[in-house]
Amino acid sequence: MGTEAAARLALQPALMRARGLSKRYLQRTSFSRRSFAIEALMDVNFEIAPGCLTALVGQSGSGKSTLASCLAMMEKPDCGEIWFEGNEISHWNRRKLAPLRPKIQMVFQNSAGALNPRFSAAQIIEEPLQIQHREIRQNLRARACQLMEEVGLSADWANRSPLELSGGQRQRLAIARAIALKPSLLILDESLSGLDLSTQAQILNLLLDLKAAHPLTCLLISHDLSLVGQIADFIAVMHRGRIVECGSAPQVLGSPQHPQTCKLLASVQVLETAFRTARAGGRS
Amino acid sequence: MPSTCAPLLRVRGLTVSYNARSQQPVAALRQVDFDIAPGEIVGILGESGSGKSTLALSILGLLPESAQVEGSIVLDGEDLSNAADSRWTKVRGAKVAMIFQEPGLSLSPVMRAGDQIGEVIRAHRSGGRKQRKLEVEAALKDAGISDVDRIYRAYPHQLSGGELHRVAIAQALVCRPALVIADEPTRSLDVTLQAQIRNALRDINRTYGSALIFITHNPALLTGFADRVMVMYAGRIVEAGPVAQVYRRPLHPYTKGLLQLVPEPVQYSGHISGFVRRERLPAIPGSLTRFDQLSRGCAFEPRCSARTPDCQIESPEEIVPELDRRVSCFNHGN
Repeated sequence: MGTEAAARLALQPALMRARGLSKRYLQRTSFSRRSFAIEALMDVNFEIAPGCLTALVGQSGSGKSTLASCLAMMEKPDCGEIWFEGNEISHWNRRKLAPLRPKIQMVFQNSAGALNPRFSAAQIIEEPLQIQHREIRQNLRARACQLMEEVGLSADWANRSPLELSGGQRQRLAIARAIALKPSLLILDESLSGLDLSTQAQILNLLLDLKAAHPLTCLLISHDLSLVGQIADFIAVMHRGRIVECGSAPQVLGSPQHPQTCKLLASVQVLETAFRTARAGGRS
Repeated sequence: MPSTCAPLLRVRGLTVSYNARSQQPVAALRQVDFDIAPGEIVGILGESGSGKSTLALSILGLLPESAQVEGSIVLDGEDLSNAADSRWTKVRGAKVAMIFQEPGLSLSPVMRAGDQIGEVIRAHRSGGRKQRKLEVEAALKDAGISDVDRIYRAYPHQLSGGELHRVAIAQALVCRPALVIADEPTRSLDVTLQAQIRNALRDINRTYGSALIFITHNPALLTGFADRVMVMYAGRIVEAGPVAQVYRRPLHPYTKGLLQLVPEPVQYSGHISGFVRRERLPAIPGSLTRFDQLSRGCAFEPRCSARTPDCQIESPEEIVPELDRRVSCFNHGN
């Protein structure tokens, strides 16, 4: 996407917006009563433009996952505002949040742990449809199979356990479950790390296809700038609980401002430039 | 030069099969041949499920009992194919060591890091406690740890991901094995740490001359690091050769596919290059052929873009198109 297109999208009201978000965890040292605070998020301002693929990048421990859990309303932030579709939701109680939850879906890193091994592949997709009364009982299986086909899984595998699937196939199944409720925001929390390069590329292509077919907004969390840099519309860089840089992908990648962004870029570029040189036949 | 001196490790006709439920045995490795020269760094490249880890475990004699192993593994002149468990215990750690994918799982949670590393020395050599401590501290330093005292006394849960990897490296190297196998040691780490761990391994290789087998799925990680690369697919080595030559001119379609997966940096208008924004990423279509569904033909045939009718009928033999290179493909020239 060019800079103009990104700028045009940025003018639309954000689908989700965080203002001054802070979150700290208290942690106790082992075998003692002393506790200390970990500032996971500090005054985070963040926006997700509708219909776009926003990447949240940072080293491990920078607060990416905490921000994702706050946005997905799985954690309450200590202070700050979260706006979703025009409403400030950070102080809503569980009952009020319930109808919003299907609109924000998450795909986690550890697909083996996120899928119930006692369910078949189809049951995993049927469960949210059933809970939210989206489909009558007779149509459940057909809808699950349709979703499986959509994410590139054969419907013949409907009765398999997720343990029989490979890592990439499990991640596809998790994505099928997430999009079953037609969410407006899909959060992928490090869903690609731990997968092969070829599987990563396939899953990213699947996301691009889904985004083209549905009105879907994606937040892609990753530590790998080179991977998400290829397909993201917007990139936000996190460091020590703060968002240190954000903007359209060409902006952030083309002229990075913050030292942390430069560091993340440099570390991948050393590797990839050496690789290109070797491919071209030069000395690496 | 790898081909002229006596190999440190010689593997011939290695076939490993597992008994599958109610079916005939499934071969995870099929007729694998290769040599590793002393002090050499060899990368093994392939997707998960291609047999990379089974290969590593068979060199260490760590395969489960249900596995049926054929072929020979000769390490440092000693044939280990039929070695007893007691012999393996002496060889592992002293002559060949392994760095596992998840150091958090391979370290004991109830022992201090330093003591765990010391245990390796105790298993293979006699010597006093003080001497052992000095050796452990030296090994931790070699693995790139600066505050040795804190790490020595720490339990694994008190260490970060990068530190755990370094402890695992120190543990593998403390007895100076002639061969170290690293099974995707950087998979779960972020890019900055990956580079640091790779550099630590290379420094150790240069200082002590330990040969290294580095297993990975990312071709970019081998540049400027490994001497040779072996590409594995469905339990076979489909292409092998020096990294520079294979990367410049890959012969097997699978290698070509793997190499184009690495993201491509371009020059943005700014002074620092970014990445090409793509509507679709290059990907190898399909997924790894299941071992129990392999047919007579080439295992890569269903996913191959250069396939011909011949590929379905028989599996290609290995050929040597030029010095030091091997490839198994009928259409390697195209």
